[in-house]
Amino acid sequence: MAGLKISKWLEHRLGFIQPLKQAAEHPTPSNNASWWYVFGSAATVLLMLQVVTGILLALVYSPSANEAWTSLNFLNHNVALGWYLRALHGWGSDFMIAIVLLHLVQVFLFGSFKFPRELTWMVGVVLLLLTLGMAFTGQVMRFDQDAYWGLGIGASIASRVPFVGADLVHLMLGGPIIGGATLSRFFTLHVFVIPGLLLAGVAVHVLMVLKHGVSDWPMPGRLVRRSTYEREYHELTLRTGLPFVPDAAWKDAVFAAAIIFAVMACAFFLGPFGPSGQPDPTIIQTAPHPDFAFLWIYAVLAFLPPSLETPVLLVVPVLAITGMLLLPLLAGEGERHWARRPVAVLSVSVIAVTLGIFTRLGTYTPWSPVMDAWSGDAVPVKYMHNRSPLEREGAMVLQDKQCRDCHSLNGEGGMRGPKLDAVASQMTEDQIVRQVLQGGGNMPAYGNALNPAETKALVSFLMTLRGHDLQPAMNASRELLRESRMEQTAGSADSAAAAPEKAGQQR
Amino acid sequence: MSELLKYPGMSKVDTLSPEEKAAAHTRRVFLFKLAVGLNAMVGAVLAVPLVGYLLGPAAKKRSDIGAWVNLGSLSDFPVGQTRLADFRSPMAAFNDGETGKTSCWVRRISEKSFQVFAINCAHLGCPVRWFSESRLFLCPCHGGAYYEDGSRASGPPERGLFEYKFKIAGDSLLIHAGNLPTLSTEASCREKPLVQIEAAEPAEAANAGMPDATMRSTTWQG
Repeated sequence: MAGLKISKWLEHRLGFIQPLKQAAEHPTPSNNASWWYVFGSAATVLLMLQVVTGILLALVYSPSANEAWTSLNFLNHNVALGWYLRALHGWGSDFMIAIVLLHLVQVFLFGSFKFPRELTWMVGVVLLLLTLGMAFTGQVMRFDQDAYWGLGIGASIASRVPFVGADLVHLMLGGPIIGGATLSRFFTLHVFVIPGLLLAGVAVHVLMVLKHGVSDWPMPGRLVRRSTYEREYHELTLRTGLPFVPDAAWKDAVFAAAIIFAVMACAFFLGPFGPSGQPDPTIIQTAPHPDFAFLWIYAVLAFLPPSLETPVLLVVPVLAITGMLLLPLLAGEGERHWARRPVAVLSVSVIAVTLGIFTRLGTYTPWSPVMDAWSGDAVPVKYMHNRSPLEREGAMVLQDKQCRDCHSLNGEGGMRGPKLDAVASQMTEDQIVRQVLQGGGNMPAYGNALNPAETKALVSFLMTLRGHDLQPAMNASRELLRESRMEQTAGSADSAAAAPEKAGQQR
Repeated sequence: MSELLKYPGMSKVDTLSPEEKAAAHTRRVFLFKLAVGLNAMVGAVLAVPLVGYLLGPAAKKRSDIGAWVNLGSLSDFPVGQTRLADFRSPMAAFNDGETGKTSCWVRRISEKSFQVFAINCAHLGCPVRWFSESRLFLCPCHGGAYYEDGSRASGPPERGLFEYKFKIAGDSLLIHAGNLPTLSTEASCREKPLVQIEAAEPAEAANAGMPDATMRSTTWQG
């Protein structure tokens, strides 16, 4: 009784308890009280987790280039449960990106972005970009080697913008170099600007969901028409409506709890992310790596040809974001069910597989030279058996000249260039000499780094690498030339002159 | 004017008679519009310093960025070798900590001729490493490779390594460092100043025979 009295007193002054209650209990078509409709609320709950853990981390974190890295190590090792808070925040970030992406795919495949929910989708696209912005600025907060060189990559991308590139770099870094000013502005973005926009955006997003109702379950053949949809949705709600809380929301609540539990488990068993080495640019023995969500971009940047890099970097993101924003305006009516939208299903499949492949490649970076393979990975013993002294000398040259950084033998070494286990069955001696000395096809020329003796030794070793004793590669045109000459010499009955030439060809 | 509307959100244009419309142009309405205009003006004036503050880092003149830094004695750099040299950026501020430090690769070609390369790959700025045996700079990020003279060998970079301008003062090697080297903020100014004061110095005159750093970087621009 006392509780009721207090609530009445409060409501008389606040005036929004009843409206909130009505909003929570608004009727929703029974067919969307489904496990497929739980991702949006889970993303919101993860955002709350990030806000809470972020505030708690800010109690200790020092956003200064002098101290940030040290304060994170202090959190990891000296502050009670500091490591766990960092782990929760880091894993929460990865889960949030994953759930936001799932939410986007579900809304897209269910056609829920169509009339009258176009603007809800557009705000959602902005929320996705803000979430990714939080992930990137959060990676900078870690202020370790990866963060430092990641900022360098960001600055290098900004510098490619025509005319204002230099100004953009200075704006991004807060000065001419990566330093204290850079960390401060990324801290401002990560803690004030983007979270503010994110919370406001979520509020608008949720208000629009309440205004238009949660989309009904799509049915093949039930088309969205601007003239009829809202009436049909209203009738469906009247006919089958359930109160959102509790009849539909219990699934949201269960899923959100499961996701938070998963974040807690990952944080507990797998621990926090980094920090890796200190942000000292004079320590160059490092292979910078972005966080998981950006690995695919890192991979794409390895494969773009130099001439396409700037156009692709500057144009494709604009097109992609514009396309996503305009999608509901271009396809605001018609079929919602995925079974009647093959292009939509195909697009999602292709994009998902592409992102998956590039992310996978980004985890082991086959394009990067293995910087210590030349001194760390020995030539396999089987490739030294029955080799002449010159050929063994060639194996030494192969190691010394760091060929192994890019070329593997027996699966060990770099993957930038082709593996050399069967090189002699793929290239003739002449071709190998030319390739080594002049380079080409993405290989540097070694003409200046090898003297003739080293070249001779190296190539004679490479000529012994024929896989499982495959035939050595041969030059078909030379072979033809030789045969035609033999015919000529046979014609002139002077076979003695042909014999040394034949021997010369086979060598 | 709100007292003329029967309920909030009601459109006044549709329902008002001409007389009522005239009545809506009261002195209060006029003063309100005037006050809104006044606020817009104050806001615009206020925005000038705020935007100026925000754009401050980009407003600095290019020629103000950078200064000569001493890399140490010439004897630290043997002829024919390429060595890593650390220095503190002349642009480093009080709060930059160890990020104010940076490195460069110094290649001593002969007694008086040098090339000083930024460690930042011309592709995306990762730190390149020198391999003296294969005479290559290799980038760990995406496998960019450069020859010993800094020119592009292979991989994603579209140009050679960034070079610092250098000069020899007495027994010291000095470089001109400023910006984080990127495609649009190169290690040293690309354009030669109209009047080259340094050229008059004896140390610089001795270098006259070799292609200088500025010339090289323009040829790579191709």
